[in-house]
Amino acid sequence: MNTATVSEDEGHQEHHDHGLSDFGYIKVAILLGVLTALEVATYFFDFGVVETPSLLILMVVKFQIVVSYFMHLKFDSKVFSYLFVTGLVLAMLVFAAMGTSMAFWQNPSGCDASAFC
Amino acid sequence: MADAAEAQTSEPAYGRTDWDDHHHLPTNTGLTNEKVTMWAFLGSDCLLFGALISTYLLSRNRVGPATRGPTAADLFDIPFTSVSSFVLLMSSMTMVLAVTSIQRAEMERCKMWLLTTAALGSIFIAGQVYEFTGFYREGLGFTTNLSSSAFFTLTGFHGVHVSLGIVMLVTMWALVTRGNIGPERAETIEIIGLYWHFVDIVWIVIFAVVYLIP
Repeated sequence: MNTATVSEDEGHQEHHDHGLSDFGYIKVAILLGVLTALEVATYFFDFGVVETPSLLILMVVKFQIVVSYFMHLKFDSKVFSYLFVTGLVLAMLVFAAMGTSMAFWQNPSGCDASAFC
Repeated sequence: MADAAEAQTSEPAYGRTDWDDHHHLPTNTGLTNEKVTMWAFLGSDCLLFGALISTYLLSRNRVGPATRGPTAADLFDIPFTSVSSFVLLMSSMTMVLAVTSIQRAEMERCKMWLLTTAALGSIFIAGQVYEFTGFYREGLGFTTNLSSSAFFTLTGFHGVHVSLGIVMLVTMWALVTRGNIGPERAETIEIIGLYWHFVDIVWIVIFAVVYLIP
């Protein structure tokens, strides 16, 4: 068996790895529920300066878990990951472009557009 | 069980007969075109929601000199929305269980999970309608100010996505019930599932960025 054959076999094995058992998915859902509870806790308790970073981190973790396990991206072809990540990156670029535009655009009177005047 | 064994041996996966020796489809990618198309669509939908979320974030505090009125953030009922978010999150679990059920040829269980997912999605939509009605009664309409327009456009578009997902789920349930979709076409349910999980991850972002982050 040459290297190419081994590689093809490994690829075949990876392609047919369809993720978790039902109980595994239920455990993932419980984890997502716990993370959501942590998010909601920030509304009832004052977390100070770490509140916004914590919420962003929890959001990214939940997003990653759903995409990886429920959408099978962790187990599926990399082509799907490339398609999805391309859309995500473009979406972030849209946000960055809009953000910078609003920060730099000013009307002739010197009024900052972000102040809605 | 006999049905399951028969389904696994009598039909090639996805009802296709054009696999090569390594069970790859004769496409450029070796993947089904339907699934590639759904992922491409989801990637493009990221752009739509990216633009809508950006618009909301940039105008969330803008009420304008003439219009005024409250912003959506002034009226949020976080405990209520948290329950809605939890319901939508759990619908992702029932969706993935529907997919694994049909892959194992457990058709009755698949139908049950599909209907459960549609029901959870309907509860989420009902909650959104209740929330919007409450906002309207408090004086926050679509055209009240820039902030409210951006909020209703963003959450409304998401609600439309969820509603379309419910229609697709009920259609899948009907097709499975009539025998039009069997284990050999499990990928059809999986593709609908991808769409459903996508509306869930969009809500994960909206819930954190729009509702929770001050």
